[in-house]
Amino acid sequence: MTAAVEREILRVTDLRTYFPVRSRGLLPRVVGQVKAVDGISLSLNTGETLGLVGESGSGKTTAARSILRLIKPTGGQIELDGTQIANLSQAQLRPIRRKAQMIFQDPYNALNPRHTVGGIISAPFRIQGVEPPGGVKAAVQELMERVGLNPEHYNRYPNEFSGGQRQRIGVARAIALRPKLIVCDEPVSALDVSIQAQILNLLKDLQEEYEIAYLFVAHDLAVVRQISHRVAVMYLGHIVETAPRKTIYSAPLHPYTHSLLSAVPVPDPRIQLTRERIVLQGDVPSPIDPPSGCVFRTRCFQAQPRCASEVPPLVEVAPDHLVACHFPITVDEVAARARAGQIEVPAAEAPVAPVEAPHFVEPGPPHA
Amino acid sequence: MINAEEMAGRAEPSPERPFLSIENLAVSFNTEDGVVRALDGVSLSLEKGRTLAVVGESGSGKSVTAQAIMGLVRGMGGHVSGQIWLDGQELTRLQSEEIQALRGSEMAMIFQDPMSSLHPFYRIGDQIVEAILAHRKVGRAAARKETLEMLKHVGIPAAERRIDAYPHQLSGGMRQRVMIGMALINSPQLLIADEPTTALDVTVQAQILELISALKDEFGTTVILITHDLGIVADVADDVAVMYGGRLVEVGQTSIIYDQPEMPYTLGLLSSIPRMDRELPKRLDPIRGNPPSPINLPAGCVFQPRCNYSDRVPGGACLSVRPELLPTSPNHLVRCHLPAEERRAISEDVRRILAGAPK
Repeated sequence: MTAAVEREILRVTDLRTYFPVRSRGLLPRVVGQVKAVDGISLSLNTGETLGLVGESGSGKTTAARSILRLIKPTGGQIELDGTQIANLSQAQLRPIRRKAQMIFQDPYNALNPRHTVGGIISAPFRIQGVEPPGGVKAAVQELMERVGLNPEHYNRYPNEFSGGQRQRIGVARAIALRPKLIVCDEPVSALDVSIQAQILNLLKDLQEEYEIAYLFVAHDLAVVRQISHRVAVMYLGHIVETAPRKTIYSAPLHPYTHSLLSAVPVPDPRIQLTRERIVLQGDVPSPIDPPSGCVFRTRCFQAQPRCASEVPPLVEVAPDHLVACHFPITVDEVAARARAGQIEVPAAEAPVAPVEAPHFVEPGPPHA
Repeated sequence: MINAEEMAGRAEPSPERPFLSIENLAVSFNTEDGVVRALDGVSLSLEKGRTLAVVGESGSGKSVTAQAIMGLVRGMGGHVSGQIWLDGQELTRLQSEEIQALRGSEMAMIFQDPMSSLHPFYRIGDQIVEAILAHRKVGRAAARKETLEMLKHVGIPAAERRIDAYPHQLSGGMRQRVMIGMALINSPQLLIADEPTTALDVTVQAQILELISALKDEFGTTVILITHDLGIVADVADDVAVMYGGRLVEVGQTSIIYDQPEMPYTLGLLSSIPRMDRELPKRLDPIRGNPPSPINLPAGCVFQPRCNYSDRVPGGACLSVRPELLPTSPNHLVRCHLPAEERRAISEDVRRILAGAPK
């Protein structure tokens, strides 16, 4: 094996997570499936950050939780540090869990309000039966110091801390066992901008120090650019484009990536004045009944008849740059078309009648 | 747009008062933990047809400013002092029925969460009809026709059917459109949007921002946009008011705030945000520490505990003297003890680093 392969910490192949849709009534039947994640593949090396971006309903959070086996995937393989974990039982998973941890979006709900900070951060040691040299309390206080908390606050409760400090508690808990992978699900989106920057810096420092790999799930494209080495863009359960950071932001090829980037306002009025915005029509289609062929075609300015019949495969167009599109388009071509006023997105064939809200069963195991 | 005298709250009421003029507004709440001074000495004015962005972090007082204008603070148990003039009328002294008559007709507000202004029990069309009938003497049929027009106007597809939908049957972006339609149905002079797109995806946010701009151009509505997103500010605002610790710390035209910011807090905000459109240095340069508690504000400058430059002010004034909001150049006010030349030099340094120069 080559050195590069040895450094790989996570490899996900054709991961699928479907949720059953059940009819209402006394004896619910399964009447369909929400294909929240529909065949994604990705890999991650030690010390690397992969940003997973997409809008709500794209399946990015379900993908992240499936990778950590918080949700049982329907199919596909997950290889974590050399072990296949997709089909392990909960008991078999327990020793594996020290290798992979998670940081959650909402620091207010991710911490038990009745436990002290010391109790929260030491939980991983207790659960895994690890006795750190020098004792648990010393180890926890060292962790608190490392993430920028006052170690004297060991016996305080979460409600005595601000949002940013609570997220630091979450970070300390996640790094307690020196995991190789941390899945971060929107870790800074609930924080004020000055605090957000502090946490991003902290995550970067910890990564350099401990060679942690981050799977960084977020909707904020600026935050993702700041922290990621590579970025994968999800839409309706699929990865539509993945590339190194600079490429995805300066030379994207998928029409959806173009639309997404153009929609984010830039904090500079002069630049903002000159930017062309591709306004997508309508909403993301229902994952219960996704469009045939390419899932993005109903909102795509590049769509052609072929897109309805043929699913575009994710193909490598340049080293590390993969695109799933029959008609990829460069930044210059998009700009030229925008100048000519030819970026017309067909009106979405939205379901006209209000959709009866389906009865979801989640996030339980789909096979139960 | 800004008259320094009025900004400082010294001007006598004059017939040429701008469309919206807030003078020395203070809001406080009594709580179990002590008095929360949510707003203190806020003075600003806005000309008709312009868009003012109010930026700040949580607890800065930006939402309370909006609630005070809408006359909602007393109902929340708050104490208001100072004056708010809207189109020649003073709002803080009005009776609750009088301000209720203005709400929804002269001025309207949209919120981050559309479900806070839509009742889950009633069809969206009926709710908008209700808003018309509450303020105008028109027939129900005419009101319904107008409602349908408005739903089409704000971009609801198949509006003929959706007019009879319940809020839960619509997507988040669609509900936001309904709420905007309801806010605009009586052609208000002033529209206050409190984080209108924070809960939405970027592509939907783009749709809603385009909609607000288009409607603003069409109806000549004056807009106050409350947001923490400096990208949205750059996109839609004419003027910017930066708030911190319940007071305005920097006010100016949008181009000035982005090109020549002078208040260390504004500089800190700009240094804290990651950029989607360019590669930044590996580490951001955030403001240190946390925002102050509104119960226990620092003496002197409220930003002093997080400010990197207060040691440059002679005599330690930042620790003891509250700075005033003063003009520094035309259409630009700053609340800071630093001498103007010093502020400009600091600003230039920070902006050079932001533009990619090494430290």
